[in-house]
Amino acid sequence: MTPVATKIAVSPVARKNIRKQWLIAFTLIAPFAVVYLTFLIYPTIRVFMLSFTNADIAGVGKFIGLQNYSRLLQDPNFWSSLWHTIYFMILCVVPNTAVGLLFALMLVRLKKTRGLVQALFFLPYILPVSVVTVIWIWMFDSNYGIINFILNTKFQWFQDEFLAMPAVSFVTIWWTVGFNMLLFLAGLENIPSEYYEAASLDGVKNGFQLFRYITWPLLWPVTSLVLLLQILAQWQIFNQVYLLTNGGPANKTRVVLQYMYVEGFQTGHGGYAATISMALFILILLTSIFQVRFLRVRNDQ
Amino acid sequence: MSAIKKTVPSYIITIISIVVGLVWAFPLYWALNTSLSLDTNTVLIPPAFFPKPMLIDSFIYVIQNTTIVQWYINSVVSSVVVVVVVLFITMLCAYALSQIKFPGNKIIFMLILAGFMIPSATNVIPLFMQLNSLNLVNTYWGLILPQLVSPIAVVIYKQFFDQMPIELSDAAKIDGASDYRILFRIYLPMNLAITWALAIVLFIWTWNNFFWPFIIINDTPKMTIPVGITQVQSWYGIAYPRQLASAVLASLPTAILYIIFQRRVAQGVAITSGIK
Repeated sequence: MTPVATKIAVSPVARKNIRKQWLIAFTLIAPFAVVYLTFLIYPTIRVFMLSFTNADIAGVGKFIGLQNYSRLLQDPNFWSSLWHTIYFMILCVVPNTAVGLLFALMLVRLKKTRGLVQALFFLPYILPVSVVTVIWIWMFDSNYGIINFILNTKFQWFQDEFLAMPAVSFVTIWWTVGFNMLLFLAGLENIPSEYYEAASLDGVKNGFQLFRYITWPLLWPVTSLVLLLQILAQWQIFNQVYLLTNGGPANKTRVVLQYMYVEGFQTGHGGYAATISMALFILILLTSIFQVRFLRVRNDQ
Repeated sequence: MSAIKKTVPSYIITIISIVVGLVWAFPLYWALNTSLSLDTNTVLIPPAFFPKPMLIDSFIYVIQNTTIVQWYINSVVSSVVVVVVVLFITMLCAYALSQIKFPGNKIIFMLILAGFMIPSATNVIPLFMQLNSLNLVNTYWGLILPQLVSPIAVVIYKQFFDQMPIELSDAAKIDGASDYRILFRIYLPMNLAITWALAIVLFIWTWNNFFWPFIIINDTPKMTIPVGITQVQSWYGIAYPRQLASAVLASLPTAILYIIFQRRVAQGVAITSGIK
């Protein structure tokens, strides 16, 4: 069979076989679609519906209209947990981005030692959160921890009302900065070296000026991505706070997701926990919209 | 970067980087040091910087006195199953979306993209109810099924399949090859590098996943290792060498994977975050 002959033969057949194409596509997509609809789309719809009920954690309950929402708006526990989440972000996002960028700027200058140094910065990121928290509970131990030894103090970092959240943020930065560093590194490598050569011909010799006028603006798409990914992740912060402070002392570090966990799984208020989820969901959605409208605009300029 | 190079000499940057890197990774050394020490070595002031004598007693104790071996098996089984199933179903889906023209193709892809907007953590309440009504709490099924959702892998595979030269599949079809054959005999082998990068990153994510396993498993022997080691403390009170020994064991597989496949991990992280 020559190619020409087949083409002539296939094309009218292909038109008749649209149904067959559909069938092949359907069988290929079906396994993913089933998983996607059952474990992502359906729960998303269900969490919305549950937020209007007084369901327990088994999902049994009655429709109660907007009662959960009016309760949420007046619930001091919700507002304080929201503030703790935002406070955590304030302490974490900008330093985490800055340190990641700094490490990336150091790494692009390295040659032979680059793989080694990159591994030193990145290794914490591949550890499970519970490993990270065990390590830092030991590092920050009030009696024999090495941090208190170096500082010559006896702080109970994770039990102290004022130190707990900064300490949790510090641990989070240590754990996750390698991820930001990798993204910045990829971004830096995408900046063509001609830009720097052109700038130095124009008389820009100072490293800081090069950073200010070339690296920073060209890196902005990456920076905005790094910021967005962190904010999206940190609305959902739970694990390291739960493991380091358990929300304490006196709920002073309890974050939104932990409040949802307590309401849903410890006191069995499934409906109200779904309402807290909805609040978080809306905040995350607004963050994405904000990013598209604000950060992208700066990128275009 | 030639101009920057002139402002600060390279060797100074190298020295600073190595020093900062060693300080950054010091807690890892410290964890290893403590895990190999006696309890009595952890209450010294100043602290002992080397384990003296070096002992693996804590490791042996943890292995013999906790269900850590079972946690390991649970983690290996669930992570491997998740990675294999996710790659398989997303590859099939991406192939159809990329290579087969059928009505609804674009809409389905848009719906998958929309899935990125849904944060996984806010779904745990209904997910728990769903699996509870199916009696899947405290089971492998309950642990694994919700972790199979990975729209990002579909998008990545589709991008790579879109770049494949059309002549390849045309030629294969003329030879009478089916779509399955084209996918597994041509497209998959030609995209093996990205498949490995995805597999390694997915494995690390799944192995480290904490929130869902923590929610769905309450029976200590059925836990995955990252959740299991949080129980070690209640097993024998606060004893840092034992806790850190269990922590070292929990991080070995991902640490080894990273050290062997450093480049693949970096590539996988860059691709899944949408930067490359």
